[in-house]
Amino acid sequence: MKKEQDYIQDITEIRSMMERSSKFLSLSGWAGIMAGIYALLGGYIAYTFLNFHPDELFYSSSGSSSFSLPEVILLAITILILALGTAVFLSYKRAGKRNEKLWNPTAKQLLVNMMVPLVVGGLLILFMVLKGLIGLVAPFSLLFYGLALFNAGQYTYQEVKILGLTEIILGLIGSWFVEYGLLFWAFGFGVAHIIYGIHMNYKYER
Amino acid sequence: MKISIDGLHKAFESRIRLGIMSALAVNDRIDFSSLKEFLEVTDGNLASHLKALEKEAFIGVEKSFIGRKPNTKYFMTTEGKKAFNDHLGVLEKLIRSQK
Repeated sequence: MKKEQDYIQDITEIRSMMERSSKFLSLSGWAGIMAGIYALLGGYIAYTFLNFHPDELFYSSSGSSSFSLPEVILLAITILILALGTAVFLSYKRAGKRNEKLWNPTAKQLLVNMMVPLVVGGLLILFMVLKGLIGLVAPFSLLFYGLALFNAGQYTYQEVKILGLTEIILGLIGSWFVEYGLLFWAFGFGVAHIIYGIHMNYKYER
Repeated sequence: MKISIDGLHKAFESRIRLGIMSALAVNDRIDFSSLKEFLEVTDGNLASHLKALEKEAFIGVEKSFIGRKPNTKYFMTTEGKKAFNDHLGVLEKLIRSQK
């Protein structure tokens, strides 16, 4: 007959297996903090140097606003690649520390569930850029990113869901107050990420 | 019967079998290679434990092909769910009674 400690050990292992097999737990808080810093820097560069402050839904090259669209797009893609690269790299390190592989079934689940809103949002934003609807690009990127996070929250830390909701709310407000679109964007992708990252680092990595 | 003196089902005596049931309890379906990764066991070891659980009718098997590669997925049967829940209940009781 087993002892009490064995039973407790059994329960601990059951819990750990349930968690490990259903949730991706290698996300690093630092990834959030770094993504936030990139976004704030990017937003600042877009505003001051590239003169990007869309205050109207439509943008026409003949209008008063004088920014170069390709430069802004290039900047946005650079931020995206930097943030994603950092997140993958830090998750890889963290998975190693937890004796897990980065690419496991839960990582797959997480990505698949993020992909649908992200791809739909990405395409929609591309269409809007092509049709000149520049004013909605920043808030819509918040909206779809938020939906992706909310969806992904089921397969990782609960906090991701809350971050997702925050982005969705900021995206909705930004869609109404188009002239503050970039500001809300910087707040959502910058400040919210940094707060989330610090919280996660504090809660799970100490 | 396959119940041991303390009231725990014999099928769950092994940590690996308990691990398989725990993973299946929170996932609809899991394929062989994923289970292997979660449990960190060898193919043969995992296969024999899966066979044992299958024999108890606690888990079901679903065979299909991805392209040409066979893909075996496992899921928990209603019977397995009940047995697993009962097992958890007994564990809880045992811990309480020993306090």
